[in-house]
Amino acid sequence: MNNFNGIYNFVSGPLVWLAFIIFIGGSIYRIRNLIVLVNKKERYIYTYMSLKYSLRSIMHWIIPFATVNWRKRPLMTITTFIFHAGLVIMPFFVSAHVVMFHNAWGFSWPSLPESFTDTVTLLVIICSIIFLIRRLVLREVKFLTDASDFGVLLITAAPFITGFLAYHNVGSYHFWVILHILSGEIMLVAIPFTKLSHMLYAVFTRAYIGSEFGKVRHARDW
Amino acid sequence: MALPYIEYEKNIIDQGLETGTERLTKERIAKVVDKVIGGETGARLKAYVDTCVHCGLCSDACHMYLSTKRDPKLTPSAKVKRTMSVILAKKGNVSPAFIKKASEIASTECNLCKRCVQYCPFGIDIAYVMSVVRRICHLCGVTPLYIQDTAHSHSVTQNQMWVKEDEWIDTLQWQEEDSREEIPDCRIPLDKEGADFMYSVIGPEPKFLAQLLYQTAIIFNAAGLNWTMPSFPGWDNSDMAMFTGDSEIMGRNKRFHYEAAQRLKVKKIVMGECGHAFRAAYDMGNRWVSWAMPPVPMVHAIEFYYDLLKSGKIKVKEKYKKSVTLHDPCNTIRGRGLHEKARYVINELCENFIEMHPNREHNYCCNAGGGVINCGPPFKKKRVSTNRIKAQQCADTGAEILITPCHNCHSGMEDIIGDYGVDMHVKFINDIMYEVMEKPGLE
Repeated sequence: MNNFNGIYNFVSGPLVWLAFIIFIGGSIYRIRNLIVLVNKKERYIYTYMSLKYSLRSIMHWIIPFATVNWRKRPLMTITTFIFHAGLVIMPFFVSAHVVMFHNAWGFSWPSLPESFTDTVTLLVIICSIIFLIRRLVLREVKFLTDASDFGVLLITAAPFITGFLAYHNVGSYHFWVILHILSGEIMLVAIPFTKLSHMLYAVFTRAYIGSEFGKVRHARDW
Repeated sequence: MALPYIEYEKNIIDQGLETGTERLTKERIAKVVDKVIGGETGARLKAYVDTCVHCGLCSDACHMYLSTKRDPKLTPSAKVKRTMSVILAKKGNVSPAFIKKASEIASTECNLCKRCVQYCPFGIDIAYVMSVVRRICHLCGVTPLYIQDTAHSHSVTQNQMWVKEDEWIDTLQWQEEDSREEIPDCRIPLDKEGADFMYSVIGPEPKFLAQLLYQTAIIFNAAGLNWTMPSFPGWDNSDMAMFTGDSEIMGRNKRFHYEAAQRLKVKKIVMGECGHAFRAAYDMGNRWVSWAMPPVPMVHAIEFYYDLLKSGKIKVKEKYKKSVTLHDPCNTIRGRGLHEKARYVINELCENFIEMHPNREHNYCCNAGGGVINCGPPFKKKRVSTNRIKAQQCADTGAEILITPCHNCHSGMEDIIGDYGVDMHVKFINDIMYEVMEKPGLE
């Protein structure tokens, strides 16, 4: 038990700080690099940028079924949106997270009912399995898939799998909680330095092509 | 009726690729990659390559993938994986044989039509990535023979088809003379300073499609327009150098084109029914020479025909009777949004217009554009085989006439409807307008 406490305190204390520092620092570094590169070599991009068309493009693509391709592949669309919403939004509203935040900082916000977050967690795990099956079964996706793509999928699914097991007390609660925290930290650290960086860059690529399509090409990009 | 799948030989020998590869060394490849990746490209390439998560959602965008029983090697992202991803991962340490294959993929397995951009959730511009691959292959000296020949022609003659200056002028005068048999005072005014607009065409028009010049003369004369064509280089708006990756020649072609208009002091340029020329003049060539947008106002034929009909300068005598369908060319539709204007024009000219599906910005590519048809006979079978979906789409309309307001599309569509046995004829808008309009000076 003492051993668990020691590890728990470490992963939920200093490691959290470290993970967030690397995540935030790394993200700023990656975005800064991109902008520096634009300024250095492709300044002309600004000539074609348009806030209106950037937003037009982004809005179409972040709304389920608002684009032709989202409508063409309903299963993939539903999977993608549940997965990403679960991944990005839900961690802020899991009651255990809110309680921990309150204990550490003395303030909190409303959390979602546990039965709801539990269901969403399960859905995210199911979505991860669908992604995995796509990579293994669909020929066009299999051809594109590298070993790192499985790694990235595992990194994102792990916090949900471990969280789910911990919440349901499968085996040792402490074991799963520690793994849960650790896997969350690994994911944060991985965001700026792996394919997960699409979280940082997607808004820029979308805004740029949205601007080109709106301002220059006068055509829809969805 | 489902059309058959046509098999094609996978090992295609192209003399340009063979000879270029024989001369190529690994040192030269490394130097070229360093120049292009280290020097010419920047944030866009980096963001695109780093952001792609290999989801495969771009697959359904590609006519080649859809036409080949879903060959996973032919999805847009797969083409990047087979070329640019390897070049980047190996930091340019690739073999001449690899560059040969990359050149074939970039030049004949991607039309740069950008349909996949509309299917990628991140808006990754795969056409741009493939253009960079072509650029690398060009600087390595490994490009398909036939298209390289057109680039050479641009370099030497400032037109695509080795048309000599006297031949150009002679062709225009010959067409003018012929047109005067129909309308006695018909003119093709050369070098008329201060005309309202300069009309520019692609090299193949004087070379083997001279009737288009004739018909255009009749249309412009009937509309009573104040127009001109240059007798000197700059008359050709086409740009195959853009598709070989020879950006320097591309930029020079655009200079000739726009400077011809400036020399003639015209108010604007009207270009014929060509798609890639429009892309070169509106999107790519102008940017290479640092013009954010065309330095002289420039409109495509579709837009110009729209204006002529809308303003009543051209009146329709009797609408075209046969059923027609429309192929939306990538460069003027996805590249300039002229789809509604094209429909207005066709509905004004024709009685029975049948849409093909999908259409407008989502139309399937012709598989000829992007320089693919210009890679010539060695790749013809492959080009036809990898566009069954387009032939199917056309056949499904049941229309008698296929209107394609783009030269590359036009030739490519003739090949596919021919080889798949679709009962259709391909026409330009120009052909139909000439046929159905009122000709006031007619005797």
